[in-house]
Amino acid sequence: MSGRRRTDYAGVAVAVPVTVPYVRYSTKSAHWWIARALAGVLEGAGLKKSDVDGVCVSGFLLFPDTAVGLMQHLGLSPRWLDHIPMGGNSGVVALRRAARAVQAGDAEIVSCLAGDTNHVDSFRQTVASFSQFARDAVYPYGSGGPNASFAFLTDYVMRTTGITREDYGKLCVAQRQNALSFPHALFKKPLTMQEYLEARPIAEPLHLFDCVMPCAGGEGFIVMSEERARYLSLPYARLLGTIERHNAFPEDPIQYRGGWAMDAEDLYAQAGVGPSDMDLVQVYDDYPVISAMQLEDLGFCPKGEVQAFIRANTFTNDGTLPLNTSGGQLSVGQAGAAGGYLGLVEALRQVTRRPLGEQVPEAELALVSGFGMINYDRGLCSGAAIVGRGGVS
Amino acid sequence: MTAPLQRPKKKNPVVKTRSPTLPPWSRSRVALGMTAAAAEGRLALQRCGACGAFQYPPREACHQCLCIDLPWTDMAGEGELISQTTLLHSHDLYFRERVPWRLGMVKLDAGPTVVVHLHGDVGAPPERVRVAARLDRAGMAVLVGLPQEETAHMADDRQLREFTADPKFRRVFVTDGKTPTGQAVVRALVAAGADLVWVGHAEPWKLSPGLSALQALPQVTLLPLDVTDLRSIKDVASQVGPKVDILINTAEYHRAYGIGSRQGTDIARMEMDVNYLGLLRLAQEFGPVMKARGADGQSSAVAWVNLLSIFALSNFPSHGTYSASKAAALSLAQCLRAEMRPAGVRVVNVFPGPIDDEWNQLLPPPKLAPEAVAKAIVGALKDGIEDVYPGDVAQEWKTRLAESAKGFERELALGSGT
Repeated sequence: MSGRRRTDYAGVAVAVPVTVPYVRYSTKSAHWWIARALAGVLEGAGLKKSDVDGVCVSGFLLFPDTAVGLMQHLGLSPRWLDHIPMGGNSGVVALRRAARAVQAGDAEIVSCLAGDTNHVDSFRQTVASFSQFARDAVYPYGSGGPNASFAFLTDYVMRTTGITREDYGKLCVAQRQNALSFPHALFKKPLTMQEYLEARPIAEPLHLFDCVMPCAGGEGFIVMSEERARYLSLPYARLLGTIERHNAFPEDPIQYRGGWAMDAEDLYAQAGVGPSDMDLVQVYDDYPVISAMQLEDLGFCPKGEVQAFIRANTFTNDGTLPLNTSGGQLSVGQAGAAGGYLGLVEALRQVTRRPLGEQVPEAELALVSGFGMINYDRGLCSGAAIVGRGGVS
Repeated sequence: MTAPLQRPKKKNPVVKTRSPTLPPWSRSRVALGMTAAAAEGRLALQRCGACGAFQYPPREACHQCLCIDLPWTDMAGEGELISQTTLLHSHDLYFRERVPWRLGMVKLDAGPTVVVHLHGDVGAPPERVRVAARLDRAGMAVLVGLPQEETAHMADDRQLREFTADPKFRRVFVTDGKTPTGQAVVRALVAAGADLVWVGHAEPWKLSPGLSALQALPQVTLLPLDVTDLRSIKDVASQVGPKVDILINTAEYHRAYGIGSRQGTDIARMEMDVNYLGLLRLAQEFGPVMKARGADGQSSAVAWVNLLSIFALSNFPSHGTYSASKAAALSLAQCLRAEMRPAGVRVVNVFPGPIDDEWNQLLPPPKLAPEAVAKAIVGALKDGIEDVYPGDVAQEWKTRLAESAKGFERELALGSGT
């Protein structure tokens, strides 16, 4: 790591968090969901399409289109365009790219959009052709998709650290409690620890409620200058720090740590705050094992001690560490690449005090963490961002 | 411990025979190098020609030094099981019909971490394990994690049997039991636990040596069969076709000489009629019914074996017309392999060097004992191998063809090939 201090994100505003209500299955395409997200952020900001001069797009099922084709599809003519194929890390990365574009003046209004559909058979097709390595060396082995990949990891971590299903269950049960007030969560019933433990096995040691449910949905937000946000009277969040990393620790035989472990120090140094300053945390939660790993690697507890940390804390919105305050993907659903935006969009609602469900009391600082792309045996993309309460309350 | 395989119950005629499904067969082109090795029963991974690092999954450039010279290199497959899971849900139809399905992650001593189909006798991680390559029902190479030491009834593991065509409790049709090789194959199948062996014999009015001894085996039934006679093949197919799990075509016509030592085409025509058209007729009559039984329970139709010759790969001038007929048969066998693939029925091609029989009398040793050919065939079925090169001559031919097919052709023309 170079000793040079990174430029901060002064003057950047992150505003207009939008969630397009999720559905389990959709007959529409990814384009439809992204179009709804764009319409949502424009309406929320009181802007016209022609005001948008920068666009960041993520969607697995845009294929054969990319962000480029989507611009004609949606009738946009941006002077800055980015397609971010990073799955669960898309939100964090879109944010840090867009923030730099705004700071540099390459674009003034950057719409960050993610959406994916879910046809009855589209998830299977996505899994089957996810990557060259997955097609060659994973999918022919039982075709379990991410369930199998995370089952390996969970098996390894449980055996080597002693963490139990009850510990993971505590995270899942708390998130479900958080989801009960969030109107767009697809899971609307409380989850008890007993139900969690007794759920049917999917890929040992994972059971049903350890596994995220694929669905359709869209998410979006806008990055602009604080000046512009104030002019538009938009409540906004400030961006304090970000990190991203790809293919971290390739020599590890199994992914017991992620890129955050390489970069967390850098993140907190840039933000000038530490983990204990966070009022809420949104971790990428397709499976609880990876949520717990993020808590460790982002410094909420020492590596290997997350079991004690989980036991010592509560994770509901009124808890000691509100975690995935809208219920996370495990209770809202995983809308493809929009799953990589879900936590960020929810964090923006919390720190701008515009929640759709419960408000975490006095939410000033939120940490959002992303994780994406199980290419072969591990997720390759990691990232995190710290957002803080901005202005125009 | 693997429970020993039981003789399958009689089939319930009311229950629909399940349609064959295949595991996912899509692979990148570079990944097919592993299939090429697995087809011969070898585990090979890419190894960097510059820095020596093993690569997996298959790549286009070395992940250490970016060198693009990545030859497929045989390796021992020793490693440690670091994680496991058992799937109870799958996105794929083939696996959905076969869950629970056990998988492992193995850290190979040579470097890479690999995902494997995990044998039931491998203990919980951490555990030493031996990784091997097998062809799955789609004909694609997959890695399997096996116990380091042989265990009791290891071959009977339910998952492992998906990758093999073990004759145990299976019903086998050997098309010609009159030759020493055909008879050795029948005996080897019986020894390997085959339930029933139907044995074809042409011209049944001629008593061939050894046939009555075969007939004395309780598993064996002789059936009159002439592979040059479509009517004869249809008769046999109507009797046993829907029950054949493994077909082994040992019928061949073999005479010496090339072009100049013969007058006319009668011999060549007979060679083609048996060696090439005989295979075609058999494939037309037995192929479709075997394809329909690709997923017929424990003892589904599973393999088709062609006794070819190493001379199919390059013409051996002193047996020139025979070589040509075997080359034709090889080409047809590739077609058959493509057509049987959707049913998961494996086509095994056997390329022996000269067999120690009457038609190779004048060839110098080494020559293959018929029992050695039989052992290689049964071994290939048990290990799920697709291309078999039994014996020293076949191995040498294979190596020299790989080194320089043209140079080897010239050597054969000069009479120094074998």
